[in-house]
Amino acid sequence: MADAKIKIKNLFKIFGNKPDQIMPLVRQGMSKQELLDEHKHVLGLSDINIDIPEKRIHVIMGLSGSGKSTLIRHINRLIEPTDGQVIVDGDDVMEMSSGQLMQFRRFKASMVFQKFALLPHRTVAQNAAYGLTIQGVDEGEAVERSQRWLERVGLGGFEKHFPAQLSGGMQQRVGLARALATDAEILLMDEAFSALDPLIRNDMQGILLDLQKELHKTIVFITHDLDEALRIGDQISILRDGAVIQDGNPQDIIMRPADDYISDFIKDINRGRVIKVSTLMTSAKRAAGPKFETNALLEDVLTTLNQSKTDTGAVIDGKGKVIGKITMKDAIMAMARPKRSQTGARYK
Amino acid sequence: MPQFYGAIMFEFFTDFPDMSRRDLRDFKLAVDGAFRDFSRENGEAIESFFDPLLWFLIWLEKLLVATPWPVILIVVGGLAYLGSRSWKLALGSMLSFALIGYFGMWEDTMSTIALISVATLLCILIGMPLGIWMAKSDRVQAVITPILDVMQTIPIFVYLLPVLMLLGIGKVPGLIAVCVYAMPPMVRLTNLGIRLVDRDVLEAANAFGANDKQKLFGVQIPLALPNIFAGINQTIMMALAMVVIASMIGVRGLGIPVLQAIQNQYLALGFMNGLAIVGLAIIFDRVSQKYGKRLQEHRGGHDHG
Repeated sequence: MADAKIKIKNLFKIFGNKPDQIMPLVRQGMSKQELLDEHKHVLGLSDINIDIPEKRIHVIMGLSGSGKSTLIRHINRLIEPTDGQVIVDGDDVMEMSSGQLMQFRRFKASMVFQKFALLPHRTVAQNAAYGLTIQGVDEGEAVERSQRWLERVGLGGFEKHFPAQLSGGMQQRVGLARALATDAEILLMDEAFSALDPLIRNDMQGILLDLQKELHKTIVFITHDLDEALRIGDQISILRDGAVIQDGNPQDIIMRPADDYISDFIKDINRGRVIKVSTLMTSAKRAAGPKFETNALLEDVLTTLNQSKTDTGAVIDGKGKVIGKITMKDAIMAMARPKRSQTGARYK
Repeated sequence: MPQFYGAIMFEFFTDFPDMSRRDLRDFKLAVDGAFRDFSRENGEAIESFFDPLLWFLIWLEKLLVATPWPVILIVVGGLAYLGSRSWKLALGSMLSFALIGYFGMWEDTMSTIALISVATLLCILIGMPLGIWMAKSDRVQAVITPILDVMQTIPIFVYLLPVLMLLGIGKVPGLIAVCVYAMPPMVRLTNLGIRLVDRDVLEAANAFGANDKQKLFGVQIPLALPNIFAGINQTIMMALAMVVIASMIGVRGLGIPVLQAIQNQYLALGFMNGLAIVGLAIIFDRVSQKYGKRLQEHRGGHDHG
């Protein structure tokens, strides 16, 4: 992607007493297990290279222990790397002085946390205004400015409450309002919805997608939930044992899993609700049968084709022009989980 | 010959191989002499260093004694109510003070309150920054913790000795004695409270670019407040416990009649003044605890749960 907002380059993180001494060994290719057994150091992140596009939602997905939370904390340098660069708008975050870093955190990147991390002794309004007060905005004005964000996330009327008086979902709305109120271009979300009930999580994902439609922030979203990743991610990086094992858009990952691990991962996904027509179509100037838009879901295609008793459908662009066709056979095949050997996918 | 060696061996095991009497005497004389010289040279400077404290203590004592008793009663009731928001506690406090006055202990009580207030204030002013410093560095904690242990366990008369040699008998040495004993809980609980602050909240403050000052006053101290308050409460209680000892070195207050009672076996006098100290302790304790709890109300969660 040409306009990467955040470039993570050759990032390594080793946990232990003397990471700098261990670094050369890791470069020589020492395995994570050897490192732990012989040197008592843990390889947290191993040669991470990710380009995060501007104004998109980039999901970093992995199970616990994969290093995803460590990775997101490198972007605003809450954790110091052992080696590597994080370049935001051309500036290396790792080279910043403590003053520059403070400015970066205040104005450029805000964060939403898994456990909400609200200030228990301040009201909802004061919490939402927290980032602004840290910037030096006078508290009265800060509360006023953050008010519209509280309303935007559906918390109008709760300003005077304390966080402990709110449910988990509402507390995370405060967390989201707090992060949005600083007007930072980058939003770092560390398992922001993982602690919430499934229904509330779904709501929050909806709120985030709605907000993104008008705000166009660069969002880095950490999750361990593949459904969530597929729903909100424009781009997904899958992390395992501190290394990126696949990087691509949701359709890529569903259709062409890079290895057995990912293929195992996606086996429980409802493919009908994720795969889009644009992924399955073959280009054509004309085609018979019912018409589908490019982002129509596989599930709808199957139902419509079945009802219309035809074997093919036409894919149209926004102006109604036919740009491709889709067959019943392709649609049915897409429902089956691809085996890695058949897909010929490449490792990244 | 073997018998001779046997006797020496026996003696070695029964008598500790201590330093000779002369060396020991010289050692003690050297220490005493050095300290005496030190106090002769610096006594006055140190005394004048503590002068502002003395003036403040005297001023407060005079103010309390000179204020008409109804005003004091109203102020006591008002403060108790403001602190606890409980009519029962406010009326109880006023009643206790009225009884103390009725039994002729009003002036001594005012002196004691002045001493306790100044001592507590001093303990907070010194103890809180010390506790914060300790929380920031493990090394500082490793140095200060044993000092606090000494302050709390060393017999009071032992550390009174150098204080008396330096400053003589009077209010300031009494104040110092009280503070040495009463400050450790303030330091310990401030340290503990700040170390126990939720890491996630502190990380959030970091992520939003808070500087050290914003973190300290915006996050760490407010979240440590329950523990800091417990520290203040403990400090007040321990300062009250020192009232009798402080009176031995010339501090006026409820301790002096107790001392007289001990020397002359005046049962009633001893109990009256002792119970007055207990009354003060209970009032201070209940009001400060209720106030501390009230500060924490937002943690409960009443609407949702």
